Amino acid sequence: MSTVNQDTHNTDSQSRKQQQLETLKSIVVDALSEAQNQGATACDASISKSHGFSVTARMGEVETIEHDRNQGLGVTVYIGQKKGNASTSDLSPKAVKETVAAACAIARYATEDPFAGLPDADKLAKQIADLDLCHPWSIEPQQAIDIALQCESTALMYDPAITNSEGATLSTHSGAQVLGNSLGFLEGFWTSNHSVSCCVIGERDGAMQRDYWYTVARDQSDLDSAQSVGVETAKRTLRRLGSRSLSPRQCPVLFVPEVARSLIGNFIGAISGGSLYRKNTFLLDSLGQTVFPEFMRIHQQPLLAKALGSAPCDAEGVATQTHDIVNAGVVNNYVLSSYSARKLGMQTTGNAGGTYNLTVEPGQQDLNQLIKTMNTGFIVLELIGQGVNMMTGDYSRGAAGLWVENGEIAHPVEEVTIAGNLKDIFKQITAVGNDVDYASSIRTGSILVENMVLAGS
Amino acid sequence: MDEISLLTTAQQTILTPADIQQSDIDRLMGELCATQVDAADIYFQSTRHESWSLEDGIVKEGSFNIEQGAGVRAISGEKTGFAYTDELNVNALLEAAHSARAIARSGQQHSHKVVYPKQPISLYSADDPLLSLPTEDKITLLQRIDRETRALDPRIEQVMVSLVGVHETIVIATHDGLVSGDVRPLIRMNISVIIEQNGRREKGGHGGGARTDYSYFLEQDRAMEYAREALRQADVAMQAEPAPAGNMTVVLGPGWPGILLHEAIGHGLEGDFNRKGTSAFSGRLGEKVASPLCTIVDDGTLEKRRGSLNIDDEGTPTESTVLIENGILKEYMQDTMNARLMGMRPTGNGRRESYSHRPMPRMTNTYMLAGESEPEEIIASVQSGIYARNFGGGQVDITSGKFVFTANEAYLIENGKITKPVKGATLIGNGPDVLTRVSMVGNDLELDSGVGTCGKEGQSVPVGVGQPTMKIDGMTIGGTQV
Repeated sequence: MSTVNQDTHNTDSQSRKQQQLETLKSIVVDALSEAQNQGATACDASISKSHGFSVTARMGEVETIEHDRNQGLGVTVYIGQKKGNASTSDLSPKAVKETVAAACAIARYATEDPFAGLPDADKLAKQIADLDLCHPWSIEPQQAIDIALQCESTALMYDPAITNSEGATLSTHSGAQVLGNSLGFLEGFWTSNHSVSCCVIGERDGAMQRDYWYTVARDQSDLDSAQSVGVETAKRTLRRLGSRSLSPRQCPVLFVPEVARSLIGNFIGAISGGSLYRKNTFLLDSLGQTVFPEFMRIHQQPLLAKALGSAPCDAEGVATQTHDIVNAGVVNNYVLSSYSARKLGMQTTGNAGGTYNLTVEPGQQDLNQLIKTMNTGFIVLELIGQGVNMMTGDYSRGAAGLWVENGEIAHPVEEVTIAGNLKDIFKQITAVGNDVDYASSIRTGSILVENMVLAGS
Repeated sequence: MDEISLLTTAQQTILTPADIQQSDIDRLMGELCATQVDAADIYFQSTRHESWSLEDGIVKEGSFNIEQGAGVRAISGEKTGFAYTDELNVNALLEAAHSARAIARSGQQHSHKVVYPKQPISLYSADDPLLSLPTEDKITLLQRIDRETRALDPRIEQVMVSLVGVHETIVIATHDGLVSGDVRPLIRMNISVIIEQNGRREKGGHGGGARTDYSYFLEQDRAMEYAREALRQADVAMQAEPAPAGNMTVVLGPGWPGILLHEAIGHGLEGDFNRKGTSAFSGRLGEKVASPLCTIVDDGTLEKRRGSLNIDDEGTPTESTVLIENGILKEYMQDTMNARLMGMRPTGNGRRESYSHRPMPRMTNTYMLAGESEPEEIIASVQSGIYARNFGGGQVDITSGKFVFTANEAYLIENGKITKPVKGATLIGNGPDVLTRVSMVGNDLELDSGVGTCGKEGQSVPVGVGQPTMKIDGMTIGGTQV
């Protein structure tokens, strides 16, 4: 979708971006020195600022144009071992001063926490690698509307059974993040994010189904075409027409990448510092334990150029780590911030603020081969509801998808639940597909689970 | 606080410090309506928010934030232009107005004359709840809850308490000259406990809130009621056995299980989906969508309730709207845009998360009216089924009508008696027909304790739900025992 050439503006926009970053850095520095003046013994401050717009076209007409401009300053102060936070959307010197005062007031009332504090200085990122994360899209709303219209009309015209639409949306945003602390850390970087998404409705025998598809990238030239998003949206909606429920049974379950990543997300939640030190996890003391089958590897790669989950440092300024979280099925690393690490008597893993580009090592088979391997079972296309108990691992969620018999798709399925316990589900993974979806910070192919309980009527 | 002074308070809170006069609003509205717009509004908002949290026996941290800004919207037919600014000055607002009005073609100008509508009686105090308790007392309260909760049961490993207060002030100016304001308090407390017994750990949580001040948690020993309830739920979970899988008769308890109504039919009755024809309830006004035992309302006028509002975020006074009466679909929930496009009336359901979000039709407090059955009689009528007493969240696909909600406290009913507790499980059903299978409705209507938050298209708003005990002849239970 390279409709706009922006190379000629590059140098200009580079220096303008650099200038804006310096302005934001100076506000962070002011906030830090104000905090120290007001009695903070340590502090950090961060600013995020973004702008952009989104347009939605529906039934061949523009429906909404939304212009976004967000900014926010967050300040954390420590008075000894006591901590306070405050934030504001107003970056004026007066507001910065008041925000710092609010954070200090809270810290004075908080209780001493021996584990509170900034990260250890030697853990902070030494240099901020340029990960090529910002590619602003110089596109006017009218061009964006044209792309959204094209996307939606491709989906609407794909098949007469497509009868209605929730519309197609193009969204483009760029923004800066700046982080500083009283240990002398002061860094910032720009990111951008562009997407085209579409959702249409199909109808058969009076019953409606909807599905959606999208493309998202840091650089608009990496987006899939609007037409291909439209075609994929239509195909996804059509394959759900004629859905029905199933009687209760035990069967293999194949999670397509869009839902497979939620399983990996559940795992990450269970080995995250907050869950571990609160003992609110079914994977307590799992470091060094076998949680997955031996062929499973989950790898974190925070420094991939242009990737959606890349970041040079975490939310505390700690250098992000390239390492295995799971290797040969064994938990190699937890997901920790400085605070949760101290609570556990460990070292931070640079995951304050989450994980960065997790890749589940792909296997050999594509989705079709996995369907053949499964032979008879349920393909999950969509999960709804929460239904995961992180304390026990008990899992019970609403699902829609496809029933497979003898390696062939038999019919679409809706109004069923799938249930099990995540500890068993992880152990019973028999294959990971090579159909990796890169449009996420969790990159996985389809995941085949040997056995779950499906309920329906 | 009387009507005029509520608006005056709101104006003094937001507009006066920013030096924005009525003449500035007139000028902005003039710019916004310089194109062929059908409707336009400017929404000024200022929010003060604080939270305090306790775990490991100490008040580890608190946070405070102030957000203010204005959202500017222009509507032409089904098209909406929207822009916002967090800088409250005339230039930033003019820029936003120019961005928003670009949705409409240039054309004649609307006349603009200021009108102050008569506001409804205030449902809540305009006082700032953040100031209702000295900071020391907030800390002491959390510490006391921790101490007293831990004393309740030696199996308690962890107690987590959070306390949140919000004070929101809004001023809304619309294209037809209406200027209205509201000042909205909101407080919430949540308590969770983790208990451990013979190596098994379970969690329970409970909480409550209202549009009032923090003294609410001290009255009627409410805070410790939440703690005891959290512990009771953890204790039930400790004894729970795997839940069955399949279609069964389900009896839902009173109160919070009303999220069934919110998911199964509430979202499907919001005006935007029905205007677009994307809801499983589209075009079904006047049809039978539930058993004659079911009458369901959305009521934004309940005093101090979490989902209540004096006026919605478009300035329309809230009301009690009958959605389903004796099983017949009566009315959709509307904001002004969808009401106009559908030739219906606005029902005071135009809500938005903040100035930086567009309004859309949203629920307030949605509940089913009481029926005539005794709750005991309902349980006794079930040979084999599930009694679901407490729920986590829910979700709905409004197009297919399929919805889920997750029971986190449930029991088997065997031969008319509640027997053993079963593990949490998701229940799934079809919105348009689940209520046709309601065969008994209790006389014990309860509203929830004030903890609901509803998400739609990325926007969160506080809501309430409620219902009496209710029997449904057949829903799918997503347990593990086939």
